This record gives sequence, C-alpha cells and structure tokens, in this order.
Amino acid sequence: MSKQVLQFKDVTFHYPSEDNTSLDSILEGIDFSVEDGEFVSIIGASGSGKSTIFRLVTGLEQPVNGDILLNGKKMTDRLGKVGYMPQQDLLMPWRTVMDNAVLPLEIKGMKREEAKSHVRKLLDDFGLKGVENALPSELSGGMKQRVSFLRTILSGSNILLLDEPFSALDAITRLTMQEWLLDQWKKWKKTILFITHDVDEALFLSDRIFVIIKQKPNTSIQEVKIPLDRPRSVRDLSQMDMVELKEQLIEKLRSRVEV
Amino acid sequence: MKKNLHSYVLSSSFVVVILIVWEIGARVYNRSFILPTPTDILWKLWELRSVLLFVHLPATVSVMAIGLIASIIIGIALAVWMNRSKVAEKTFYPIIIVSQTIPIIALAPIFVVWFGYSIWSKVVVTFLITFFPITVSTFDGLRSSSKELKELLLTMGASKKDIFFKLDVPTALPSFFSGLKVAVTFSVIGAAIGEWLGAQAGLGYFSRRMMTQFDGASVFAPIVLLSLVGILLFLLVSGLEKICLKWRR
Ligand SMILES: Nc1ncnc2c1ncn2[C@@H]1O[C@H](COP(=O)(O)OP(=O)(O)OP(=O)(O)O)[C@@H](O)[C@H]1O
Ligand SMILES: [Mg+2]
Repeated sequence: MSKQVLQFKDVTFHYPSEDNTSLDSILEGIDFSVEDGEFVSIIGASGSGKSTIFRLVTGLEQPVNGDILLNGKKMTDRLGKVGYMPQQDLLMPWRTVMDNAVLPLEIKGMKREEAKSHVRKLLDDFGLKGVENALPSELSGGMKQRVSFLRTILSGSNILLLDEPFSALDAITRLTMQEWLLDQWKKWKKTILFITHDVDEALFLSDRIFVIIKQKPNTSIQEVKIPLDRPRSVRDLSQMDMVELKEQLIEKLRSRVEV
Repeated sequence: MKKNLHSYVLSSSFVVVILIVWEIGARVYNRSFILPTPTDILWKLWELRSVLLFVHLPATVSVMAIGLIASIIIGIALAVWMNRSKVAEKTFYPIIIVSQTIPIIALAPIFVVWFGYSIWSKVVVTFLITFFPITVSTFDGLRSSSKELKELLLTMGASKKDIFFKLDVPTALPSFFSGLKVAVTFSVIGAAIGEWLGAQAGLGYFSRRMMTQFDGASVFAPIVLLSLVGILLFLLVSGLEKICLKWRR
C-alpha cells in the first residue's frame, strides 16, 4: 500500500511575540497526512498560515506542540530534508542559471564538475538549454520559475513544497507551466505540496485539496478529494460536478473573509 | 557606453578651459612663487622627475599601501565580527561612527610624538582615514543580505560557512567596492597629511618643504603626482570591481 511521507499530528504553532500577551495561535491542533506520490494543494485566505505550514515542514520553525513525521519517522531536525520552492523565485542574481541550479548539490558537497554535468543532463527537460550561462535578470518569469523548480528538484528530496510558484505569471504562461509541472511530477514521482490562491489551479493539479479554515479560536483543515482521472485537460474543469465543487470551495473560502 | 564617453568629454573639456584660464591669469598676475602657471608646473615636474619618481613617490606609495592593506584587513575582520555578533555590533559600531567626528588632522601630531618620523606615524594617519569607509560599507553590505535567501539555503541544509561564503560575501561585494573606492582616494589625503607633519621623504613632505622656499611650481608638482596616483588607484579598483561584479551590468 502507499505509505505516508508527511504527517502532522496535533500540531500547534504560533510565532513568538515580543510581549507574551497576545499569543494568537496561527495553527492549532492540525492533523493531516500526505501519501507517497500525491499532489496536494493548500488553499486558504491570505494570512491563514499556508506559508507557515511550509516553514514548519522544512524545519525553519518548530511546532510548539505536536509532531511532524517525515517518511513515517518523527523528525526534529528537518533542515535539508525536503525541497522547498519559496514564494518568490529567489534566484541569486550574481549566479548564472547553471550556478543557481547547482546550489543544492554544492551544499551537499558534490564536486563542482560532477554537479554541473548532472545539471546539464536536465537542462533540456526544463526548457533551459542554451541559457545556462544567462543571469536571472535576463530570463522571463516562466524561465525563472523553471530554474527555481529545477533547483528544488535537485535538493534530492522525495517531498517538494511549492509556495505559489505561478502566481506572478500571466494566464497563458501559467497554463503551460501547470501542464509542464504535471509532466515533471509524473516523471520524477515526487510528492508535491502546492500552495495557491487560485481555486481553478488547485482543482486542475491536485489529487486532494486542503482548505485552511480559520475560525477563531480554532484553525481547521478540510480535505477535498478531486474526482478526476489523469491525464487531465483544462476542459475537464467545466464538467458539472467540477463546477459544483469549485463553488463549494469558494463558499468555504469566502466565509472566512467576512468583512 | 556612448553616454559615458560623452560625460568624459564634457568634464575634460571643462578642465582644459580651467587650465587655460589659470595659465593666462597666472601670467598676468606674474608672481610665480604664489601662483605658478600650469606650464611652469609641468616643467618643474620634468626637471624634478628623478627625485620625485624614485625617492618621494615610493615613500608615499608605501605609506598608502601599508595603510590601505591594514584598513582592508582590519576593516573586513571587524565588519564580519559585527555582523556575526550583536554584542560586537553594539560595542563597536557607535564607536566607529563617533570616531569620525574626531579630526584626525588634529590628532596627527600626537602620532609623530608616538612613532617619530618613521613611516608608522604616516601609516597610522592613512589607516585611520581609510578604515571608516571600508568597515562601514562592508558591514552595511553584509547586513543587507537577504533573509529569504538565507532561509532557502538553510532548507537545503547549508552550514554557517556555506551561508557566509555563498550568500553574505557575494551580497557584500558591491558595497565593499564602493567603500574601497572612497578609501583609495582618502589614502592619498592621509599619506599627504601624515607627511606634512613630519617626514624625511614623500610627495607631501617635498611639497611642504618647497613651500618654505617660496618655490610655487615645486609645491604643485608633487601634488599633481599625488593626484595622478589617486586617479590610478581609483581606476585600478574600478577595473577590479568590473571583473568581480560582471553580473551587475
Ligand atoms: N516570521 C514571522 N513572524 C511573525 N509573524 C509572522 C511571520 N511570518 C508570518 N507571520 C504571520 O503569520 C500569519 C500567517 O502567515 P503566512 O505567511 O503563513 O500566511 P499565508 O497563508 O502564506 O498568506 P499569503 O497567502 O499572503 O502568502 C500572518 O498573520 C503573518 O502576519
Ligand atoms: Mg504565503
């Protein structure tokens, strides 16, 4: 059977505040698990703590309470264990495409030449052939995201966390990138957690969607399964049941943004 | 590129105009011990070339070089330390800033008392003047490194050393070079001031000695040389900067 690669068990977290009075929990008693090879999207209102979940998974933050399990084992030192693609592309402007991509391998201590030849084999797949010596400032938005994704893949981890990777792209590029991402996901057999604001994007890409519902004093996560077979096409989203699902999701999200 | 050329053309033609006005004015005024003409100065430079180039220039350049190298080493070390430790930052940063309000020129005679007419009294003056721009700009550069990139590196499993060399150093380089450019021009001033106060050789010393002999052109000749050294150093650093920061164009 498929195994759990990531589990949150009763995780509570809040950022330390200067005066210890207003300990407004960002996440409280969160439980979820993600299976090997799954594509899971996380949606939720702005500020609901989506990026914070990623910070917890990567080990940049530690839960105040509860456990985080990676590949079935409780892990406290998670830094370097999962691939993280941050909200901005965050390429180093002084490094070429090649040198940016090679970074995680460099940190793992791989020899430069070996690391480079490793990257060279992947350039074509990522649509980066011929620009390996270009600087990030010379690339288009979609290309930068592909470099950033390549760098994330090269972390070597089986779990990839992608934080709104396509939110800065125009609609057409975004669609191409979504299809491309699904291809890559299938090819690399990774488990992907994907944050997005865009309900359509979540519906199109995911096996399951986690909706973060923030109702004071509790935060809860609702799971929604997507009843679509793969491979999918964008047209599938206009099926009756998908349209209904979309409306339900938007309803769930909207109830949080009461003004 | 074209724009650059254009601005050089403008500034050099302005300098030429100034020189012509000076030449004419000084000839009319006709007191060369107070105001020598540019051509007088050039002549003097030619006349004194061997003593200036082989005795005084090396003396001044070695003062500048030792002072600058000391500032670079100690300045970078202090900047890195302040970036590492909040305690070091809180201790030294205010002192470094306040120290700039002390007129080094006024202190310089003390250094002569302490170090005599040896090269060290001048090196100390040069060091004190150039230390500030290097330390502060390097520190500001280090401090400006991106928190998000640092966190990204951490999620890749980076060590402190990785973060320093792969993130902090490249981030600080542009700022370091700006500081260094200021410092090399200051070093000319530092060395000259140091030599005025007491020296047995050096361009500043030579210029001052000629002042007491009312030899206007000989006062200016070493100064021309000094400023040429400054320009040369500046161009050297700019060239180095271009090579190190290719990505910025
Ligand atoms: N380093 C931090 N220190 C203190 N508070 C923080 C920190 N980072 C985020 N927060 C707060 O935690 C809350 C959740 O932030 P988070 O970034 O996880 O939201 P998000 O769901 O990713 O929002 P968005 O959709 O805008 O990216 C916000 O209210 C934010 O102000
Ligand atoms: Mg976020």
